[in-house]
Order: sequence, then C-alpha cells, then structure tokens
Amino acid sequence: MGFYELYSKYRNLKVPPEDSEVKSFLKLLSPEAESSMEEMAEKSRELTLRYFGRVMQLYTPMYLSNYCENKCLYCGFNSGNNIERKSLNFEEVEKEAEFISATGIRHILILTGESRQASPVNYIKDCVKILKKYFSSISIEVYALTEAEYSLLVPEGVDGLTIYQEVYDEEVYSRMHPSGPKSDYKFRLDAPERGAHSGMRSVNIGTLLGLNDWRREAFVLGLHAKYLQDNFPGVEIGVSLPRVRPQAGGFKAGCKVTDKNMVQIILALRIFLPRLGISISTRETAELRKNLIPLGVTRMSAGSTTRVGGHTISAGDGGRSVQFEISDNRTVGEIRTMLDKKGYQAVFKDWMEL
Amino acid sequence: MSDDILDIGGRTVANRLFIGTGKFSNYAVMNQALIEAGAEIVTVAVRRVDSASKTENILGYIPKQCFVMPNTSGARNAEEAVRIARLARAGGAGDWVKIEVIQDNKYLLPDNIETLKATEMLAKEGFKVFPYMGPDLSIARRMVDAGAAAVMPLGSPIGSNRGVKTRELIEILVKEIKIPVIVDAGLGRPSDACDCMELGCAAVLVNTAIAIAEDPAGMARAFSEAVKAGRRAYLSGIPATSPCASASSPLTGFLINSA
Repeated sequence: MGFYELYSKYRNLKVPPEDSEVKSFLKLLSPEAESSMEEMAEKSRELTLRYFGRVMQLYTPMYLSNYCENKCLYCGFNSGNNIERKSLNFEEVEKEAEFISATGIRHILILTGESRQASPVNYIKDCVKILKKYFSSISIEVYALTEAEYSLLVPEGVDGLTIYQEVYDEEVYSRMHPSGPKSDYKFRLDAPERGAHSGMRSVNIGTLLGLNDWRREAFVLGLHAKYLQDNFPGVEIGVSLPRVRPQAGGFKAGCKVTDKNMVQIILALRIFLPRLGISISTRETAELRKNLIPLGVTRMSAGSTTRVGGHTISAGDGGRSVQFEISDNRTVGEIRTMLDKKGYQAVFKDWMEL
Repeated sequence: MSDDILDIGGRTVANRLFIGTGKFSNYAVMNQALIEAGAEIVTVAVRRVDSASKTENILGYIPKQCFVMPNTSGARNAEEAVRIARLARAGGAGDWVKIEVIQDNKYLLPDNIETLKATEMLAKEGFKVFPYMGPDLSIARRMVDAGAAAVMPLGSPIGSNRGVKTRELIEILVKEIKIPVIVDAGLGRPSDACDCMELGCAAVLVNTAIAIAEDPAGMARAFSEAVKAGRRAYLSGIPATSPCASASSPLTGFLINSA
C-alpha cells in the first residue's frame, strides 16, 4: 500500500482514526489542545533531550540553479517570474563550497529548480563530485526523480533527500501547481519512498504552511512521516515546517499560520513521533528560532541565502532572484554562539561518506 | 577493591563506568563530566569526529587519562560497521571498537545478526571488538566464538532512560558468558548502574543520563560512585533474598540430632 491509500483513508476525517496513537496525534493538533500547550511543551522538551540530547544539527543550503519549468504560485523561481536565471558552473560550485566549508559547516543541502535541461541529473552528479571534497554529508532538494535517478546519486555521495509535498490537499495542490512536471501530485507524493528505496540515509518531507488549513496539513504530514518510519526503519525520517515567505511573484498565503500554531505543530509531532527529525529554516526570525530550540527542533539551517551563487557571487538584479526572502541573516558563527548561550551544542558534522 | 582491576581488550581498567560522549551541551561540559567521573574508557562516534577542524574536534576535549573506544554509530549493516572501524583505526584510534549496527531508527535497537558478522570480520583483523547487542544468549555465545572482547547487551533502548528492563536476560548472560558483560544503553539513574554491577556485570556504559542532566559533572560522579558501590556489593557476596521470612524453628529441626 502506498501512502496515497493511507492519505485517502484519512483525507476527509469523516471516520475517526482507529489507531490510538493517530487519534492522540489528532487531539494534540486540535483547537482544544491549545490550552494544554505548556504541558505539551514540557513533554516535548523532555523527549527531545532524551533522544537527541542538548545538540542542534546545522546545515547550509546551496542553490545550484534556478531555471524552472513549473509555475508554483508561491515560489520565486516560478517560470513566469522575470528574474535573472542562472546555473552555477563547476568553478562557481567550488567557490561556494570553499566559502561554506570555511564556516565549519560539513552538512550541505543543494537545491535546484525543475529543469532537466539546465540542471539535469548528470549536472547534479558532477556538482556532488566537487562538493564531496568539502562536505561529509550531502543532501539534495531538487525536482522529484525516479528511483533509478536517485540510485545514480547515492553512490556518488548523496545521503539525504529533502522533498516537500508542499500541500497534501489534492485540490489545493493542483491550484498551486498549475503547470509543469510538478503538477503531477502522485509522482511527487511517492518521491520520498523512491528515495528511501534507493538507499538514502535520511529523508526529509514537509508541507508549506499557509497554502491550506494547517491542522489538516500537519496531520497528514505526521501520518506521512509515520508511514515512512514504519516502512523504512533504517532511514532517518525528518520533517520541515516552512511557512510561505515573500518572493518575486508576490503570492500571499491564503491561510494564516501563527507562531503559536507553529509551536503546536512541533509539539504534536514530537509527542507523536519521538525520534522524528524536525528542521526550522531561516524563513523564521532569529527570535522565534531561538524560542523554538528546546521545544523539539533538531536541525537548523545557518548562513543561508536562497539565491544561486548567493554566498560568493553578487546579485545582478538587486537580489530579486531569490527563491524566497529569509528572516534570519545571521552567520554560522552567530547561530553557534546563540545555541551555546541556550545550552545547546552546534553539531557541524554528524556523518561521513563511507 | 583497590586491586579489583578489569582486564579487558588487552588493557587493565580500574573505573568500570564507561561513558559515551554524545548529547552534551558543549565539549567543555563533557570534559568536566569525564574528569569528575574519573572515566578511563570513553566511546566516541566516528561519524562525529571532524579531524579537519581545530575547534570542533571532539577528541581535543577528552581528558588525557581516557582511552577512546570509537563506535560505529550510524552503520546500518556489517559492511558499513567494518568500514567505519577501519577508518577509525587508520585515523590512529587504536584497535578497540564498539560495534553498533542499527537498522531501526524508531527504537534504535541493534541488529544482532549484522553485529555478529561485523564482530567476526573485525576480530579477524585484530580489532578488540565490543558488540552492542540485544541480550540474547545464543548470539552472545557466538560473539564469544567470533572473538569479541566483551559483550554489551542493552538495558533498554538508547536514550530511553528506562533502566534495566532486560534484567533477567542479562543475569543469564552474566552467568553463562565467560567474557566481560557490559550493560550499555538505557540506564537512566545511578541506581540502574548499581543494579547491573550487583548482578556481576563487568562494567556499564552510560551516556544520555549524564549528558542531559542539569549538572552533568555531578551526575557523572553519582554514576561513578554507584558503579563502585555495586561492584563492592557484588564482590562482598550479596545474601540471597527470599520473599518469605525464614522460620526460626524449622519444621525439620528434629532431624538435626537424629541419626
């Protein structure tokens, strides 16, 4: 049974879940649970400490290319947006790698838009070969690939896959993704499984908060994570909780997701799946990120830019060509100091290529 | 007690509290905890070591008197564990290795079959192998045959702090296995460690309970003292307990003077 069948079973929540853990998860996400958030936070903090310790894994994203065939409404790389398009050449990849690795970061996340012409799998593979010299762990956040394609990248040194469904509600999904290969809902939905089958060590999924009712989306995200944990016990499953941010297309999120809502999602996920990785990116402000640390977060991006070549090449269009605007511009060193003050160790390296 | 020395993996060890180095809030705190416990054996995840970095290299924060046992945390099968062990030895880590092969990210329970395979391969290569395993007697016997330096059965899942949930199985291992039995994982409080030592375990390995305590150095010392107390109790011969009071006038007392 693929995840789609499970999703179909729960999609309208007409029938209450039979599984008691799933039922509790639903309760933790409910409006009623808002009055118990402090108790939930205590439980979540305690679970996170036990299973992950007083540490925070840091990673930095590196954008390789922003060419894209999709028209995702919320994304700055939308093919309809008039922005400067660029793919890094190998020399530029090397320069970006040198810059990022000098900050101490050993875990890198590489990203592209969806263009099999501008950023084909072979291009990604060649970039990975360069990056291997600088980083001990390489994750990809690129367009959905086939299992055979993921299997090409794994032996080259890619050990992590990040791929967000963006929105689990099928109807909203088709509105948000009007054209391009990404409009294929099911191909994207099964991508995490294909990645897990191909031998990835970690698979990270997510829902873009703001596109749909957050309770529904967070619930399905939790189910998806549990489904992956149950079916791939050898793979580390993680989630991200990105909220829609301003970008070139000017899209505004239709559904509000407050800081309080974010916290409730983190707590509910942690209590439901105690060993789940939870990432918070620089989409969120420095202040909020600081406050979220003890509540269940296990990974943070640092020293981020969402522009192709953003670390070493100056912007030709005044910085318009970002995927989205970030809220936390601090350097890796500053994030590290903040974590230290909070009593958490920044972990730069937690894997090596074998 | 002072001459109670553990002879293990070609070394002699006085402190039977082994300590894991993950999950601490920073390396200075870890360093303090190791000193406070008087730790002699510490385990370090090879995957965490960043030898290229001057400030982030964990090995720089391990007190001089500690001997480092690298572990293969992150390995999903025997082959990966073997590769990690070889990388560690090539990096100058010596020939001790704690094998961790975990195929289960939900409970972090070890894969005994793959662990056994890795133990066989690495023992042949001259490593002193310390397999972390589920407390199964047949597998433990095979670990002995494979040339393991000790067996490291779990008390309960890693990080769970649930204590010695596998107590009865560990008792069997202590009774039947002729190499050191070291309980690893799940020990949540000093009394759990003390319990293991009273049972006759050769040592215990603790990480989470120390690392995430409010005062890790204080907790490290508490564990160290508990391990000593448990060991002393074991050596002193703990009287057997009985659920019933023993009768002061035994029913068979009349037999004492009979022929």
